[in-house]
Amino acid sequence: MSLLEVHGLRAGYGIVEVLFGLDFEVDAGEVVVVLGANGSGKTTTLRSISGMLPARGSVQLDGSEILGKSPDQMVGLGMAHVPQGRGTITDLTVDENLRIGAFTRKDKEVESDIERWYEVFPRLGERKTQDAGSMSGGEQQMLAIARAFMSRPRLLLLDEPSLGLAPIITQGVFQRLREVTVETGTAVLLVEQNANLALDFAARGYVLEAGQIVAQGTAEELQSDTAIQDAYLGM
Amino acid sequence: MTNFLQVLLVGIGDGAVYAMLGLGLVVIYRATGLLNFSQGELSMFATFIVWTLWTVGMPLPLAVLGGMAGGFLIGAIIQRLIVRPVGDPHEKPLAVVIVTIGLFLGVNGAAQLIWGTLDRNLDPLFGAGQVEIGGVAVAWQKIGAVIVLAVMVFLFWLLFQKTKLGLAMRATASNSESAALVGVPVQKLLMLGWGLSAAVGAIAGVFTAPNLGLGSNLMQLTLIFGFAAITLGGFDSLVGAVVGGMVVGILTSVLPQYLEIFQKMRLAPAFILILLVLLFRPQGLFGRKQVSRV
Repeated sequence: MSLLEVHGLRAGYGIVEVLFGLDFEVDAGEVVVVLGANGSGKTTTLRSISGMLPARGSVQLDGSEILGKSPDQMVGLGMAHVPQGRGTITDLTVDENLRIGAFTRKDKEVESDIERWYEVFPRLGERKTQDAGSMSGGEQQMLAIARAFMSRPRLLLLDEPSLGLAPIITQGVFQRLREVTVETGTAVLLVEQNANLALDFAARGYVLEAGQIVAQGTAEELQSDTAIQDAYLGM
Repeated sequence: MTNFLQVLLVGIGDGAVYAMLGLGLVVIYRATGLLNFSQGELSMFATFIVWTLWTVGMPLPLAVLGGMAGGFLIGAIIQRLIVRPVGDPHEKPLAVVIVTIGLFLGVNGAAQLIWGTLDRNLDPLFGAGQVEIGGVAVAWQKIGAVIVLAVMVFLFWLLFQKTKLGLAMRATASNSESAALVGVPVQKLLMLGWGLSAAVGAIAGVFTAPNLGLGSNLMQLTLIFGFAAITLGGFDSLVGAVVGGMVVGILTSVLPQYLEIFQKMRLAPAFILILLVLLFRPQGLFGRKQVSRV
């Protein structure tokens, strides 16, 4: 049994259908990427799984059905979601953003986790008392990832971390992500347009086109598939 | 000089009440990110609950606690049944603000229906006694208002700055979607915010009613002064509500003494203040300046 199992996921906005029955899974500790062009339904997929958008079908976490639960309930079940655009809580300081990330936790290790994240992203440590909204896009992305990890999730949904960032910054963020996911054993469901970068990070991938999965395979298979290269990898 | 001291102290006493109502507005702003135009009416309604409990024989301090509890429940129920179904305040701020204006009328009507249109009398919480300060007689009620205000500010400061619950309320006000994504039960906190601000409203009303008489329009003028107070102090600042309330109280008490034009236009200083602040320092004296980079 996989950590996350999705069957026949359908969702949309009003009368506009966006997803037409997706089937995929993510194993514990596994990094899986969903590739696809703008408008193919990547963000909708993540929003459906985390309960931000009503959806139909089946989404199981550890074998229990979670579709229909609210986003705040999902966090308690071990899921964290970094939304597209980073979801910075702009009126809180960097430190408070991390603290609120641990809202569902009752243990005593919150402080040491925060210090740990200041080591992972030293830029955040330098700016801990600053309003989070005043930071650069890259710093806000680091903060969004750290905030999501503060709930100690087993599954992280990550929506386009590269959006609007300079390539060098994106590479740094992915490098840190790689280290942290290995260290914590967190599974990641990543949505990205930057396919090369994402396939370097992920073990497996799915290709989404107009709300349907049109290809899947290991990262190596997807990277060497010429049709996919032409369509999504820009090589 | 004695005359000046007299109007100054009256202004501080009035200002304490404006600050209390301002606190209610700040609390709901910090919890939901919205201005609540029905704040004054919720305050009036809760004060009627105090009056009812007091009239049936409950000691006034206990009746005030009862009114706060009643106000809390009514605020929370209004959020649950009327405000929540309208939608997320961040997605539809105008719709929700207009609902609070509708609530202004609805709560006012409900109070008239239940308690009639005659003004009622409520005794001062701190009695009718006076004390002499610098040759000027000051009512204990006014001193009591300042002390109660200080306690309220301290408690809310503790809540917002020192507790996890308060942090969650601020997160919800700033970005409700992100708050939900880290596990904050957003709707419950919005309910709590409405309840708390209505409970605070009961106190503001209890200090207003002995002077003005308790009727359904009890807080309508005070609400304008409360808005002026938090505009000056900053919508999201507890200290700002206090400083703003005091400045507005003192201005509206002192100015008419020296400038005849304000004797006939008691609200004018408040409006002029709102205008000047919005022109020259929109975030108020203590408010956070909105900085957002994308």
